[in-house]
Formats: sequence, C-alpha cells, structure tokens
Amino acid sequence: MQPVLELKHITKRFGKDVLANDDVSMEVYPGEVLAILGENGCGKTTLMNMVSGIYYPDAGHIYIKGEEALIRSPRDAYKYNIGMIHQHFKLVDVFSAAENIALGLDKTSGSLKQVTDKVSEISAKYGFNIDPNKKIYDMSVSEKQTVEIIKVLFRGAEILILDEPTAVLTLSEIKRLFEILRNMVADGKSVIIITHKLNEVMEVSDRVAVMRKGKHIATVNTSETTESELTDMMVGRKVDLNIARTEPVDPRPRIEIRNLSLKDEEGGWALKEVNLTACGGEILGIAGIAGSGQRQLLEAVAGLNRPETGEIIFTNPKKNKPVTLFHKKLPQIRRLAAENKLHYPDGKRVNLSGVSDKQLRALIAEEKLLFDDDEIMSLRDKTPLEIRELGVKLSFVPEDRLGMGLVGDMGISGNMMLRSYRKGKSMFLNFKKPKALGEEIIKELEVVTPSVRTPVRRLSGGNLQKVLVGREISSSPKVLMAAYPVRGLDINSSYTIYNLLAKQKSLGTAVIYVGEDLDVLMELCDRIVVMNSGRVSEPLDARSVKKEELGRLMTVSHREGE
Amino acid sequence: MQTNRVKAPLVHLSRRDTLPLWHKAVIRLAAFILGMAVCGLVALLLIEKLRLDPSRMGEFYQSFIKGSFSTLARRWKFFKNVAVLLCIALALTPAFRMRFWNTGAEGQTLMGVLAAVAVNFYLGGKYTNGRVAWPDWSLLVLMFAASLIAGAVWGVIPALFKARWNTNETLFTLMMNYVATFFVSYCLIKWVPSGSSSLGKLSSGKLPTVFTGLGKSQYSDYLLIIILVGLVTALVYVYLNYSKHGYEISVVGESERTARYVGINVNKVIVRTMLLSGMLCGLAGWIIGAGLDRSVTTESVGGQGFTAIMVCWLAKFDPIMMILTSGLIIFLNLGADQISTTFDVSGAFPNVIIGIVLFFIIGSEFFINYKINFRKKETPSVTK
Repeated sequence: MQPVLELKHITKRFGKDVLANDDVSMEVYPGEVLAILGENGCGKTTLMNMVSGIYYPDAGHIYIKGEEALIRSPRDAYKYNIGMIHQHFKLVDVFSAAENIALGLDKTSGSLKQVTDKVSEISAKYGFNIDPNKKIYDMSVSEKQTVEIIKVLFRGAEILILDEPTAVLTLSEIKRLFEILRNMVADGKSVIIITHKLNEVMEVSDRVAVMRKGKHIATVNTSETTESELTDMMVGRKVDLNIARTEPVDPRPRIEIRNLSLKDEEGGWALKEVNLTACGGEILGIAGIAGSGQRQLLEAVAGLNRPETGEIIFTNPKKNKPVTLFHKKLPQIRRLAAENKLHYPDGKRVNLSGVSDKQLRALIAEEKLLFDDDEIMSLRDKTPLEIRELGVKLSFVPEDRLGMGLVGDMGISGNMMLRSYRKGKSMFLNFKKPKALGEEIIKELEVVTPSVRTPVRRLSGGNLQKVLVGREISSSPKVLMAAYPVRGLDINSSYTIYNLLAKQKSLGTAVIYVGEDLDVLMELCDRIVVMNSGRVSEPLDARSVKKEELGRLMTVSHREGE
Repeated sequence: MQTNRVKAPLVHLSRRDTLPLWHKAVIRLAAFILGMAVCGLVALLLIEKLRLDPSRMGEFYQSFIKGSFSTLARRWKFFKNVAVLLCIALALTPAFRMRFWNTGAEGQTLMGVLAAVAVNFYLGGKYTNGRVAWPDWSLLVLMFAASLIAGAVWGVIPALFKARWNTNETLFTLMMNYVATFFVSYCLIKWVPSGSSSLGKLSSGKLPTVFTGLGKSQYSDYLLIIILVGLVTALVYVYLNYSKHGYEISVVGESERTARYVGINVNKVIVRTMLLSGMLCGLAGWIIGAGLDRSVTTESVGGQGFTAIMVCWLAKFDPIMMILTSGLIIFLNLGADQISTTFDVSGAFPNVIIGIVLFFIIGSEFFINYKINFRKKETPSVTK
C-alpha cells in the first residue's frame, strides 16, 4: 500500500545548539492511527508542525501520496488535506461553533446555514455530540476540542494530527474521543496522535513511532509490543518505576479542614462541606477528575480565596521546641510569656518582666525559651502574607506554573526571591542568597539552563517545575501542597519530583499531592481522598485501596440540590 | 501544478535566540541610517528647493547636526529639552513596568505646571511692610511641593478607580488629560481678566543662579535642571532594579495572580506606583512651570507627555537607555525644525521625519527577534 504521508530525512534546528529533529523518516498509511511517542522535548510536536505548515524543515522532504509536497503555511497544509489540532485551541470565544468553523472559508463554501448543516452531517457520521449554534465561551474543554476536530474535517482533512489531545480531557471524554478516532480511520482517514502516555498508545494506535532526543528510534506495530519495551525505547535505558515509599513516622494532624464550603464565580458550590486532615510525615493524595474543586481547596488553604463557611486549623508542632524570631516578634514573645505559655529547658516558668530586649534576643538565640504546647491557629480568611507572618511555613506548587508560581521574564535567581524578598528591614533587595539558592537548585535538581539569569519562560516544562518545586521546598515547609506537579513532564523529571515529595515526607512535612494518575497516587501516597463535585470522600489507605474503588468514587454522581 | 521537484521557499523566518548586545546595536544603527536615507528621499520629493537643486542634499543632512549642535545656545537648548522629555519618560516608567498604561503624563505634568504657577501667582511679588513676603527660595520650595502633590493627585485618581472598580486605566488617564487642559483654561480666564488668555512671565520665583561663567544666566537654570534630571534617572534606575518596591512592580506587571500567590497586595502596589509616577510628572511640571517658563498655557507641556510614551517604549522601560532615546527624538525634532527654516517648508515636516525614523527603528525589532533564512543554493533534484 502506498503511504499517504511520507517524511524523509527531516532535520530542524532552533538556533545554533538545539537540534529539534535529526534526520527523521517515517510513513503514515491510510486508515491507521499512528502514535508518535516520546518524552517532553523529544521533537514530536516540532516534527508535526512541519507537516502542518507552522515550521519549514531545514532539510529533508515531505511526500503526500507519493508526490513531493511544499508546505509553507497551514493553508498549504489544508491544500494537501492535512489538518492539525493543536494543544492550545485557536477559537474565537464569542462566536458559535459553526461560525468558528466557517471562519476563513471562501464564498464557495456557502451560507452559514449550509455550514451548520454540514457540521451536523459530519457530527452524525463520526459520532460527535455538538450543538453548532453553541457559543465557544459556553463550552467545556472537550467541546472546544470537538469544534477544532470538526473544523479540520470540514476543510476536507484526510490526515489528522492531534497534539496531546487527552491532556485536557477526563477519562470518559478520552474514551469517547478514541471511539471517534476509530470511526475516522474506519472511514479511510489517517490519524496521527502525539502523546507521552503509554496506556493511550496501547489502547488506540495501530502503530507507534518512538522518538528520543530529536531522533526517530523505531516504528513498531502496537499489537506486537509491550509498554515496557516502549518505555525502554522512549527513555533509552531501563528505568526503575518503583517509588520508594516509607512508612509515615509519627503522623500527627498538621492541617485540619472542617466543614469548608466555597462558592465559585458563578455562585455554585466549588467546595461543599469539605472535611480533611493532613498529617505531618505523610503524603495525602487527592484524586479526582480535573475541575472537581482541587484547585479551590488548595487555594483556600493558601489564603487565596474566601470560604463561605468552615475552618482551616493549622497545628504548629512546637511542644518543647524553642521560640524563634522567624515566626514571632519580640512583643508577641513577651505576650506569650505573660500568658504563661513558655518554659526554660530546666522546666522553670518564663517571666520576662525586667528582661531587656537585648537580653531577650540573647535568650532566643540560645534557644532557651521553649513552648509548653503545640501552637494552634486558624488560617481561614488570612491573606498569604498574614499566613506567613503567623510563622506558618506553607508551600504551594500551583497547577499554573508560569501564570502563578513563577515570573516568566525573570531568571531563576529572580524567581527564588519571590517568597523571600521581603526579608530584612532594608528597602533594597538582597541578590546574594537567591542567586546561591538558584545555583544550588540547578545543581541538585539538574536543571538545564544557560544561566541563573536566563528568563525561566525559555525553560522546558520539566525544568520549570524543578525550579518551582525546588523553591517551594527550600524554605523547609511544614505543609507542602502540590497540584499536578508532574503534568506534562517526562518520566525522568516526574520521578525527580516524586522523590522530592517523598523526601519532604521523611522530614516530617505534611505533603498534599493532587494528581491524576491513579497508579502514581497509589504508589506514592499514604492516604488518598477522592474529590468529586466539590466534595471530599473519607480517606482511604493507599496501600490497600483498589483502583476500581477510586474510579467509582471519582465518577459517582451526587444528587443535585442536596 | 505539482511537480516532482519542489523548491524550498525563497525566504522563511525562524525565531532567534537572544543576540549579543553589540549585534542588536548594529541592527538598530543600520535601521537609523536607513531611516535617514528614506527621509532624504521623501524630502527630495516634498521640498521644492531640494527638488530644484538636489546638490543641496548635503546641506539637508548637515541641518540635523546644525539644529542641535551648531551654536552654544543650541547645544544648551538640546540638553535642556532632552532633560525635560526624559523626566516625563522616567515618570512613566514605573507605571509601564507594572503594565499600567498611563497615557496621562501630559495632564499630570500640566497639573504640576499649573500648581507651581498658581503658588507663584498668588504668593509671589507681594509685599508686607515694604519687604517681599515670600522670597524666591521659599516660593520655589512651595511650588515644588505643590507640583509634586498636583501630579500625584492627578496620577492616583485613575489608580484608585482601577484598584477599586477595575476601570480601564488607558482611557481614564487619557481623559484626565482633557480635564487638566480645561482646568488650565479656566484658571487663565480667572487670572487674566483682559481675556488675552496669556499670563505672561512672572517675575518672582526665579531659580537662583548657581553656576556662573556659562555665558547667559539661563544656562545656569538649564544646567541645574539637567543635573536634577540626571539624579532622578539614577534614582529611578536604582528604585526599579534594586529595591523591593521595584521588584513588586515587576511581579505585578508580569502576572497579578503570581503577585497574589506570593502575598503582594496588588492594589496597594498599583496606587503606590501611580503616586510615584504622578509625582515625577509633577516634578517635570515644576521644571517647566518654575524653572523655565514661570507661566502656564494649555500648551505648556506641548505633547511631550505623549512623546514620552515613545521614549519609554523605545528604551524598553530601561531608564539608562531612555537617555539615548529621548536624545534621539529631540535631535530629530531640532534637526527637522532647522530644515523647515533652511528650506522654507511647513512646520509639520519635523513630524514626518520623526515618524519615518521611528518606523525604521521600531521595525528593526523584527530583525532582532527573527532570523530570515534565504534559500540555499539549488539542492540536487529528487526524483521518486
């Protein structure tokens, strides 16, 4: 059979040093799903961008049905019946689905009515479920993706390229997408799916092309390979997929959330009567379909939103520990002493009347003042700054790395300052410590960057995440919350992050891990709760829980109006 | 139209990594030279005297140098103008770094001018018991305070609205310009009963002559202003790059969500920064109203509040680079003025020149960010 698409010796460079694609050749046949598998930054997307006219290859040739093709723009690509669905959708929010599809067509395509009819026809043919008149801003991510797919089908695409199409979808949506893809190949179309998820490759593809560091390693028939063989090809060496999980040491409640309810922007309940306890020295996993309230829950603890009801209690394990100036100012310490809450190492009560500030500082520096009890405080309705000033060492790795966790235009050292720049009375910044910390993180976590000054925007996803997690754990937190910390990361980077979280746990930190991969949650965490429509399940023992049970809790529907 | 042999496109673009500094400088210099060459062509078409006698092209280019540097008076004027424009641009920088698009420098500066002149008008030249009630130095201090406050107030109003109701700062600050202009008209009508709407130069509130032996006494004022603006440049540079406030401004500018995440009070930073921005505009107003003009008209700032936006952007919000960009704009301005007199063309000609040169310089950014790849020599044909 003649391949419908053939790439021969494709090479693409970015700048002097980056060889994104190195002499890549592969074929795609009609009526098949070809998966392009590889770690982040291995050149999968770059290669497909050349097929769809975003980039132009530095060397090599592309053949469509045996004829050499010149693809200089996405419009050229359409001419050759190639359509690509990018990771980030390119739709006009205020237009309807049909209007978006009609956008950019010439007059011969007919009226909007005709477009609408044809959209319905395509939907029926392949099993899409879409209302052509619905506005984009009313649509879920999955619906938007559907519009993008119909858009390329409408333009007569025979070869469809999907870049990480499942990254934004829920499990049931992924299943549905795969059904549609099967319908399309049954119709004789060719589908190329870019992914780094092995289980999806196994499920949906006919053949797999594995790429590593810009090179095409091999193309194999999916039915004749195994996940572990693909992993070997993908990473180039045998990786140990076991996460070292230790038993929690003396887990005691660190953060207690009681009856917490929070409204979302539309006035619905983002969180509904959430009860949750995270203990020091353990990893608490939060499973759930994306958008079930995980973000809001973490942001509520971090002081970024205002709950309607409920309490967030933080317990600082201070019993018999010395008072430090990090979280208490001198007047506060005097008040604690006056309230009879401090003792000396020999058990005597602390009385600070008649003790000068200088003497007091000396006592603190020598760690002579000890707490009688753990400190218990409420974090509800406190701003992030107030939480910090209370002496609560709370770290948060948000989902949105560049939009929230890091400043893209600043270098690593500038980003290290984000949490600590306020330190000291001087009105000027201290550059030395953040720079040293940045260099340490680069070395310890093997961050690939030209220098500490290079804007972090230019770093790859995995390196960004290392920088962010590195900063958040550098303050030796008492609580560490991480939302989807390995999303979009390759296997090696993911394991670096898992190990960092496990290390924090062994240091006594209460780690809260929000994840999507159930296998990882079950291997990494000590206890798992499931979030579903703003509610949190009873905690389950991660060592004994069944995957099916988690899946059931994730998808079971709560009755409306409860 | 498909053939078996397909050529690579003649040109295609690719994004560059960061270029070394000197390379960027060369590209910009080339753009400037190219822009000047195009100016020459345009002048050849538009200016009758040149069309009739193209041999005067040399004189055309000489006029640029002449406009700014031919005499001592012109040199002083050049540096004085640069200082004033730079001062307004510096005022905009903190706001721009925060991505708060303050288009109200014109009005904020004008309010500074008005405040200075108002103090001078009401307090200056008055006598009690035969002695001057307010000596010049005390007037200058009062005017200074009044200008700073007036500029700050004009700047902080849009910031408060932005912080409280998230109003659009670009439109708000722009509209405040018109309010300021009409407020000046109102004051002039009130102050000048004759209806001539020209106040004339006030005799009180002169700057002290600090430097002697410069030729004319006003050169001392100029030098004072230049030194003052030089100081402000250094202060703004240090404030933005080395202070905690400056760091907060950068974070808020990049992403408000990041700022909230690390506990920065975004509204407080917006208000504080606009207070500073307005205050520096007020300072420029004081320079104009107290140091130079000692009078006010609706045209006292003369559009420099808008030109300053250009200065700021061209320098990518870097105060040190702004010395160069404001110098460039004043150089073009004075040069083109000179050409208008030499070749007897309309006063609008300077704007044409500035437009063309800036077009080329801004356009050159494209060549800094992107690389243009030309087709390499014919590759041997591939047959299938």
